[in-house]
Amino acid sequence: MQQQTPIEEQIDLPFVESLRISFQSLKIRFGRSIITTAGITLGIAFLVSVWTNNEIELALQESGRSSAITNLDEAAEQGISTKDIWLIIMSLIVCVVGIANSMLMAVTERFREIGTMKCLGALDGFVVRLFLLESGFQGFAGALIGALIGLLGAVVLGLKNYGLDLFFYFPLLPAQHENGAFQLGVLLIILFGCILGMILAIIGSSFPAWRAAKLPPAEAMRTEV
Amino acid sequence: MPDIVVKTEDVVKEYRMGSNVLRALDGINIEIERGEYISLMGPSGSGKSTLFNMIGALDRPTEGEVYIDGQNMSHLSQRQIAAFRCHRVGYIFQSYNLLNVRTAHGNVTLPMIFAGIPEKERNEKAEKLLDMVRLGDRMYHLPDELSGGQRQRVAIARALANDPSIVLADEPTANLDTITGREIIDLIKKLNTAQGVTVISATHDLKMLDVSDRIVDIRDGLVERIRNRDEIEIEVGEVGGHE
Repeated sequence: MQQQTPIEEQIDLPFVESLRISFQSLKIRFGRSIITTAGITLGIAFLVSVWTNNEIELALQESGRSSAITNLDEAAEQGISTKDIWLIIMSLIVCVVGIANSMLMAVTERFREIGTMKCLGALDGFVVRLFLLESGFQGFAGALIGALIGLLGAVVLGLKNYGLDLFFYFPLLPAQHENGAFQLGVLLIILFGCILGMILAIIGSSFPAWRAAKLPPAEAMRTEV
Repeated sequence: MPDIVVKTEDVVKEYRMGSNVLRALDGINIEIERGEYISLMGPSGSGKSTLFNMIGALDRPTEGEVYIDGQNMSHLSQRQIAAFRCHRVGYIFQSYNLLNVRTAHGNVTLPMIFAGIPEKERNEKAEKLLDMVRLGDRMYHLPDELSGGQRQRVAIARALANDPSIVLADEPTANLDTITGREIIDLIKKLNTAQGVTVISATHDLKMLDVSDRIVDIRDGLVERIRNRDEIEIEVGEVGGHE
C-alpha cells in the first residue's frame, strides 16, 4: 500500500458539550422523559410517605397524643415497631425495583442511538457520560417531586389523625428522645429520598449504557426492542 | 502501482447463537482502490452487510485482518478507532439511523462536535451540506417530520460532515421507492466523481450496478466473483428498463 497516514487519537469533548447534548435530548423526548421520571417520583413518594408517617407517629407518641397507641409505655419502649420497619423496607424495595426498571427500559430502547453515536466517532466514555447526566438530572428532579408528594401525603394523614397538634410536634429535625428513641427527622428523610432516587437512576441507566457502549456499534444497532 | 485504500486478508466472521456457530464470512480477500465505487452484491444472508461492518470498523473479525490506508485495524486503540470512524469514514444505513432527538442540522453537526470543530464553523458547514442535498429549507426539522428520501439525504450530509475519504453505504436505497432511490444513488455517485470519495456499498439494488466501477458478488460468506463495469453494462440497461 502506498499511503500510510497514521490514524490520530480521538479527542475528549468539553463537559459543556455533553451537558448541552443531554439536556437537548431530555427536552425533545420530554413526554418519554416524564414517564421515566414519574417512575422515580412514585417510588420515592411511597418511601417518603411511609417513613414520614412513621416519624409523625413516633413524635406524637412521645408527646403522649398518639391515638393509635393505647399502651404508651410499651410504645415508648419499642420506638419503631417491627411492622413499621417492615413497611419501610418494603417501600424501599418497591422504590429500588421501580426505578431500576424504568431506567433500564429507557436505556434499552436507545441502544441503536448509542451504536449510531459510536459510528459518528463518540468514545465509550462520552456515551456513558451523556446517560449519567440525563439520568442524574431525571433522578434528582423525580425524587424531589416524589419526596414532596410523599411529605404532603403523610401530612394529610397526620392532620386527619391528630388534627393541628401535628404541627406542634412535627418531627422536622433529628431528635433524641428521653426514652432513648432516635428520630431522623423529616428533612433528612427528604434529603435521603432525593439522594437515593438520584443514585438509583444513575446506576439504573449508566450500567446498561456502559454495556451498550462497550459493544461494537454493529451489534448495538442490531438490538431491537 | 494502484493506491489501495481497503484491503482484507482472509477475513472470517462467526456468530455464536447458543451452541450453533454461524460462519457469516468464510475468508474474504478483496482490495479496493482509492476513488473507486464498489458494490458488494449478494442475496440477504450472503454476508455482505457483515463484510460492510468489518470494513467500517463497526465489528471485529473473528479471524483475518482488515487494512485501511495501510493501517491494520486490529492494532488500533479505542481512541484511534473512534477517530477513524469520525474522520475517515462516512456511514449511510438502510434505516438512516438518524438520531430522532436531533434536527436534521443537529444530526449533521454531531460528527463535527465529536471532531472538536468550533460551533460557528460546524454550523456553517452543516448548512452548506444540507443545501447540497437540497434540504436547505428543512434544516431544523426532526427526522420524524421528514420523508424517507429526505432522511437518507440528511444521512448523506451527515456522512460527509468530516470530509471522509471513504463512504460506506449499507443498502442505502432499500427502504426507498425507485425514483427516490435513483436520486440517492446519483447523489452518492456525484460525491464519488466530483470529490474522489471512495464509495463502498452493500446492496442488492440493480440500479447501483449502473454507477459502480466494480461489483463484488458475495455468496455464502465468500467472494464469488468480481466484475468490472464494462462486463455488466448491457445487462444492467435491460434490467433497469423493466423496473
